[in-house]
Amino acid sequence: MTDRFLVQSSPHIRDRDATPRIMRRVIIALLPAFLAAVYFFRLRALALSVVCILSGLATEAAFLWARKKPLSPLLDGSAIITGLLLAMTLPPSFPLSLAMIGAVVSIAVGKQAFGGLGYNIFNPALVGRAFLSAAFPVAMTTWLPPVTLKVDILTFATPLGNLKFQDAVSQGTLAPLQDLFWGNVGGCLGETSAIALLIGGVYLLLKRTIDWRIPIGTTLALVIFTGPFWLADPTRYASPLFHLLAGGFLLGAIYMATDMVTSPVTAKATWVYALGIGTVIGIIRLFGGYPEGVMYGILFMNTFVPLLNHYLRPRILGEGRKK
Amino acid sequence: MYKATFPGGVHPPEDKERTADKPLVALPPPEKVVIPLLQHFGSAATPLVKKGQNVLVGQKIGEANSRFSANVHSSVSGRVLAVEDYVHCSGYPVLAVVIANDGMDRTSSEISGTPDPFSLSPEEIRQKVREAGIVGLGGAAFPTALKLSPPREKPIDVLIVNGCECEPLLTADHRLMLEFPAEIIQGAELARVAVGAQRTLIGIEDNKSYAAAILSEHSDHFPAEIRLLKTKYPQGAEKGLIYALLRREVPRGGLPFDVGVVVQNVGTVKAIWDAVREGKPLYERAVTVAGSGVREPKNVWARVGTTLRTAVDFCGGLTGDINTLIVGGPMMGIAQWSLDIPIVKATSGILAWRSSAPAAEHPCIRCARCIEHCPMGLSPTQLAKFIQFEKWELAEKWGALDCFECGCCQYICPSKIPLVHWLRLGKNKISQAKRKKNN
Repeated sequence: MTDRFLVQSSPHIRDRDATPRIMRRVIIALLPAFLAAVYFFRLRALALSVVCILSGLATEAAFLWARKKPLSPLLDGSAIITGLLLAMTLPPSFPLSLAMIGAVVSIAVGKQAFGGLGYNIFNPALVGRAFLSAAFPVAMTTWLPPVTLKVDILTFATPLGNLKFQDAVSQGTLAPLQDLFWGNVGGCLGETSAIALLIGGVYLLLKRTIDWRIPIGTTLALVIFTGPFWLADPTRYASPLFHLLAGGFLLGAIYMATDMVTSPVTAKATWVYALGIGTVIGIIRLFGGYPEGVMYGILFMNTFVPLLNHYLRPRILGEGRKK
Repeated sequence: MYKATFPGGVHPPEDKERTADKPLVALPPPEKVVIPLLQHFGSAATPLVKKGQNVLVGQKIGEANSRFSANVHSSVSGRVLAVEDYVHCSGYPVLAVVIANDGMDRTSSEISGTPDPFSLSPEEIRQKVREAGIVGLGGAAFPTALKLSPPREKPIDVLIVNGCECEPLLTADHRLMLEFPAEIIQGAELARVAVGAQRTLIGIEDNKSYAAAILSEHSDHFPAEIRLLKTKYPQGAEKGLIYALLRREVPRGGLPFDVGVVVQNVGTVKAIWDAVREGKPLYERAVTVAGSGVREPKNVWARVGTTLRTAVDFCGGLTGDINTLIVGGPMMGIAQWSLDIPIVKATSGILAWRSSAPAAEHPCIRCARCIEHCPMGLSPTQLAKFIQFEKWELAEKWGALDCFECGCCQYICPSKIPLVHWLRLGKNKISQAKRKKNN
């Protein structure tokens, strides 16, 4: 026996959970929504996802190489999540070449420009999507019907688009809630099937991978904001339940607003952040020029995260007590 | 039954089953002991013996030279071989008395016992505790006489006896509660009298409910109450324990005195009883020798100054492949580089195992688990960043000095960032700067 022992500072034991495992769980949680997208939009969904993930990884690799950093972060799963999430926010008919540009912008501008994983202010996938919305507005708002609808038309409107531009409530053409729930509606790849998103969300909550305050807080705010209008005039306004199930709300509230890097670190700040997102979504959907407000809601509140973290830091035990 | 607790904390695997049922057995004193004159927080004792001098068991060999110091006594009888610097488990060299054991265990009669300890005044109890060199046996080893001397303007109403033993693997306090309940209850009563408290609360984690039941049986005639607490690390940390039991918050930078509380570990109150009743100075303590690298884990009574090697050999030796040796618990203990380090008054455990290579560090993804689990309400990841960028004022403002290095943040961090390491660095730098300013 030799007296040669490792001398490290305490603690000498560590929890098993690790950052790559967290990323893996997020990817697993996105699988139901991904499979639903493939079911509703077939090869288009698969092709867009693959293009976004691969371009994202390639961009990450290029930046790591240029910054003379080890390439190991490629394996941490974060770039895969960004690519997959971006694909989830694209219309099924979106051109693959443009999707590639979106993924490059997501990683290059949204993540690596800030210093890579952990340092970015905005959700990288949404940075890519915001760029695509501004640069290619037509492609970003051209929708295909899901193949399951068996309609013989080339373009199609989303339930929120109908609500905003076609006065769907008074016309009685609002998408039925059960279609929103199962996913039998038009929309971005990942936002059509509420049930698939909820399954992944429950998994993440059970695994304590996302902060429950964020989906709960955004939901509360959206319900509180849209509820009174619906109660006052149900012939003009859609119900809060419609708002929760339609569009990108669940995708955003469960998978994007909860991004650990770009959401607050303290409980109090997280409540403000989540309630803020839900409120901005409500304002844009009801009064804005766009039918959907999830992307801007999250990006807007991302901006305030450093401030919220600073001014709402947790109270230290014994703080404010007289010595 | 409602079980109190503190905010935050973690649940590491307890791993106590291998030693929880092992009664305390006397570790045979070795041929040579190395007794450091500094075994605790504060300043070293002044040596009272010279090379070649004969000493007895319990003879005072180091004299406390300030309030922040404690007497040191010989743990064997024999001859002083040297008074020289020796590496201490903290990693620093400390003046130590090396004694060759004559194996006779001839006992000194310097300190007299007291047939009726409850007739003593608070000052008499403190005097005996001071003379016996008692320090806190929970880990920090603060001189006990000082802790039993609350300033006049801060009246104490509650004495808390800490039987949490929240560190994984350690079971020595558990065994003390099972085997010496009467001594613990009576020692607690002496401590209560010494600080002038009205009542005693004994906090025990609910994984030791049997020990709690046994203490209850012995507490009938005393103003002592047993309280079960949730099993959660670090339940035994002083400020959290006070909060859990009394919902009182020790102010930042303050002491339990500030909220009318004194906390003593179960091992310490037993030592108080032994000192006051039997006149026995603190020269041995209960130690858990455990971990997957120890062949026959045990709870032992170890004489201060016995090397880790002696203790480990008594427990069947180590398995061949171990690479980690810890003094204390797995969460707050100190890693050792050698088995030739002596057991001191603060040594609650000796642990050995094989650990895999340190996990790769990832960037902080601001998951906030360190914040959620910090029992002090700190933001470890933010503090680590302030410290990395040498923003000392910000680090202090955000509570770096409130950190007591429990290790919850680093335990839970999925990015495997050495947060406690950064905090230690920051605390050191801030304290240094403060001392400079004051001088």
